[in-house]
Amino acid sequence: MITFDKVSKTFPDGTLAVENLDFELPTGKITVFVGPSGCGKTTSLRMINRMIEPTGGRILIDGKDVMSQDAALLRRSIGYVIQHAGLFPHRTVIENVMTVPNLIGTDKKKSRATAMELLLRVGLTESMANKYPVQLSGGQEQRVGVARALAADPPVMLMDEPFSAVDPIVRAGLQTEFLRLQGELGKTIAFVTHDIDEAIKLGDKVAVFREGGHLAQYASPQELLENPANDFVADFVGRDRGFRSLSFDSSGVLVLDSVDSVRSGSEILVLDDAGRPLGWAGPGIADERSPLSVAGTFTAADSLRVVTDLAISSPVGIAVRVNDSGVADGIIRHPSLVRQLDERRRQRAGTAS
Amino acid sequence: MDYLEYLLDPEHWDLAVTGNIPSLVVDHLYYTVITLVIASLIAIPVGLYIGHTGRFSFVAINAGNAGRSLPTLGLIILLVTVIGFGLLPVIIALVILAIPPILTSTYAGLRAINPASVDAAKGMGMRPIQILFRVEIPMALPLILSGLRSATLQVVSTATVASYVGLGGLGRLLVDGLALNQYDRVIAGAVVVAALAIVLDLIASSVQRLVVSPGVSGRALTRTSNKAPSSSVGPATATAG
Amino acid sequence: MIDYIRINYQLIWEAFQQHLYLALIPVILAIIISLPLGYIAVRYKKLYYPLVNISSILYAIPSLALFLLLPPIIGTGVLSPLNIIIALTVYSIALMVRVVADGLNSVDPAITQAATAMGYRRVRRLFAVELPIALPVMLAGLRVATVANVSIVSVGALIGVGGLGALFLRGLQLDYLAPIFVGIILSVLLAATCDIIIVLVQRRFTPWVRAGGRA
Ligand SMILES: Nc1ncnc2c1ncn2[C@@H]1O[C@H](COP(=O)(O)OP(=O)(O)OP(=O)(O)O)[C@@H](O)[C@H]1O
Ligand SMILES: [Mg+2]
Repeated sequence: MITFDKVSKTFPDGTLAVENLDFELPTGKITVFVGPSGCGKTTSLRMINRMIEPTGGRILIDGKDVMSQDAALLRRSIGYVIQHAGLFPHRTVIENVMTVPNLIGTDKKKSRATAMELLLRVGLTESMANKYPVQLSGGQEQRVGVARALAADPPVMLMDEPFSAVDPIVRAGLQTEFLRLQGELGKTIAFVTHDIDEAIKLGDKVAVFREGGHLAQYASPQELLENPANDFVADFVGRDRGFRSLSFDSSGVLVLDSVDSVRSGSEILVLDDAGRPLGWAGPGIADERSPLSVAGTFTAADSLRVVTDLAISSPVGIAVRVNDSGVADGIIRHPSLVRQLDERRRQRAGTAS
Repeated sequence: MDYLEYLLDPEHWDLAVTGNIPSLVVDHLYYTVITLVIASLIAIPVGLYIGHTGRFSFVAINAGNAGRSLPTLGLIILLVTVIGFGLLPVIIALVILAIPPILTSTYAGLRAINPASVDAAKGMGMRPIQILFRVEIPMALPLILSGLRSATLQVVSTATVASYVGLGGLGRLLVDGLALNQYDRVIAGAVVVAALAIVLDLIASSVQRLVVSPGVSGRALTRTSNKAPSSSVGPATATAG
Repeated sequence: MIDYIRINYQLIWEAFQQHLYLALIPVILAIIISLPLGYIAVRYKKLYYPLVNISSILYAIPSLALFLLLPPIIGTGVLSPLNIIIALTVYSIALMVRVVADGLNSVDPAITQAATAMGYRRVRRLFAVELPIALPVMLAGLRVATVANVSIVSVGALIGVGGLGALFLRGLQLDYLAPIFVGIILSVLLAATCDIIIVLVQRRFTPWVRAGGRA
């Protein structure tokens, strides 16, 4: 657990970057610091490993004040990943990854083996090991940066916009793999981003910063979307937050209509012999022999966001659920979905107040 | 071919004969090495300090141009006139001329380092001295070495000129040959000193290639060149003459 | 020193004039010769390394040696000013060829492609796009070459043609500091003036460099 205890930072030039920051980052979870540019996210993060020293308050890692520890030793026990990776251009990929084990004095052979394993773990190949950073793509550099931070198996990781310098598609891939990795490793991670979507995707907890280093809200992503603490958060979280908050609820709660209700009438769901959906037909829609495609189906494991998206994009306003073998086992019409979402919202509001 | 008479006469290569060419080469190298060692001991730490802290950077930035604009012959003669004939004034002059290229390029090398790498080094728990030796110096090495290479050329050349005020080495052949109107002797000196300078320059460039990490020299990029290296191992272009 | 100047101003002025043309004629010759050579080194990639390597070998030769090696090679007299002018031209070309080539190489390929796509032909593109963009790098090299030339000229005094270098030798013979100081000061001032002129030319003709620096 990392504790910010009334932490403030005033830079020598008088800039008040962080003021009275008071919150805790849970062990084994990802806590994301998010907020507009210049609001003190990086400053807060870098105070954890003493790259910046607080001018007020204390930061504790598992109860121990970071200021009471030797700065270099403290940093060796904390993984550190930055935006442009900051790889050492004069060292090969594998040597970069071995940096901290070498500083600690780990046996070379052992640290090389660990490093090699880590490279594979972050999605690189063994053939990359002896390349130099100049020979890597931006996404590969970031992977090496993550591997390097993990090399000494630190319990805590600090990551400052690690994925923001790569293009959106690469970023999405890195995020997914990062979550998978964290699923295996369970590190205590502080993660800075200014991208609210990234914060919601990655964070177990999200700390929304606002100008002057104040904490505007500290909550789970779902809570943030559903109950923004104030206009600043609501505005920052964005216009379609209602829609995005649906990704946190399973579609299992929905009451569906039977497939039989769309086997005849104005909208007809055409099925194959096994009962898998083929498409939509009906008067004014299409002939049963060449039905309009079912733009997609959902399963009970999918979120409400998926169902809503399907209902909106379906040619007939109906989302189709299938079981594990792809057989249609229920449908939901757009109006029914909206009614059920509305009820859910009203229930939530009731329990919240 | 009487131009080459002196050069090709075996007597002048005989180690037993005083003033033989190999011994002049050794003397010349001796002055060069002494000068470079003293100049490096001064210029590299100062360059590292200025590059590291950013303090007094105008000194490092302007040293190169200022050093280049000093007339070498004038400086040597000035020091000899003030101090008197001897090795000391000449070595001082040579050191003064060797410092600027080393200082400027050490400074430039340190400045060219990507601050993210230094930040990462600090963040991973390197101590300042480790950052200096494991990160900053290796990354600045291409430029530091090219500064040394320029300084080497400068010193070899100026040491030749310094024979006019009595310094030994290959310059003796040129200066004495001119004084005695022995043109073949002059040519012998010119050929050997030119060869010495070229050989030293080739050695320096090979050292650069061997010592500098391919990751910073740009050699790692020979095939997939989508990124520009920060600096490349090429001929020294700072000072000569 | 004032007395020395008062008595010898004629001699100093002549030495200065000689210094000026010995140093600057090579610079002008080198510009004329190294522009096409540098362009060739970029255009025909195979020639880049040979040209650059020959340049760095020539550049390594000590000045006094080169002054004295030229007479048998090109048939000039040992004491001819031509030796100095040609030697300094060689040094300046050696430096400038590389600088011109690197300057042209530093032009972002996206820019040349954009120019081609807009319909520039090769020669027009060279003068309208590539040379202007390479200009700052080339002028930086020109500064180095010019300043170095001004300082090397005095070495020529050892073979009888060295502009202000003659003042150094006179000071040594007379064991008298005044001519030495006058020579050093004038030589440094001349180098600084040339340097400043090139900087001003650069500011005038590459305004975008400074605009970027301030933004
Ligand atoms: N070394 C420093 N000296 C003075 N002021 C600083 C320093 N570092 C940061 N600041 C200021 O402190 C404030 C917070 O900076 P910080 O880098 O923490 O912002 P950030 O939230 O990380 O922003 P971004 O999203 O742009 O990275 C800013 O106003 C910044 O200008
Ligand atoms: Mg930041």
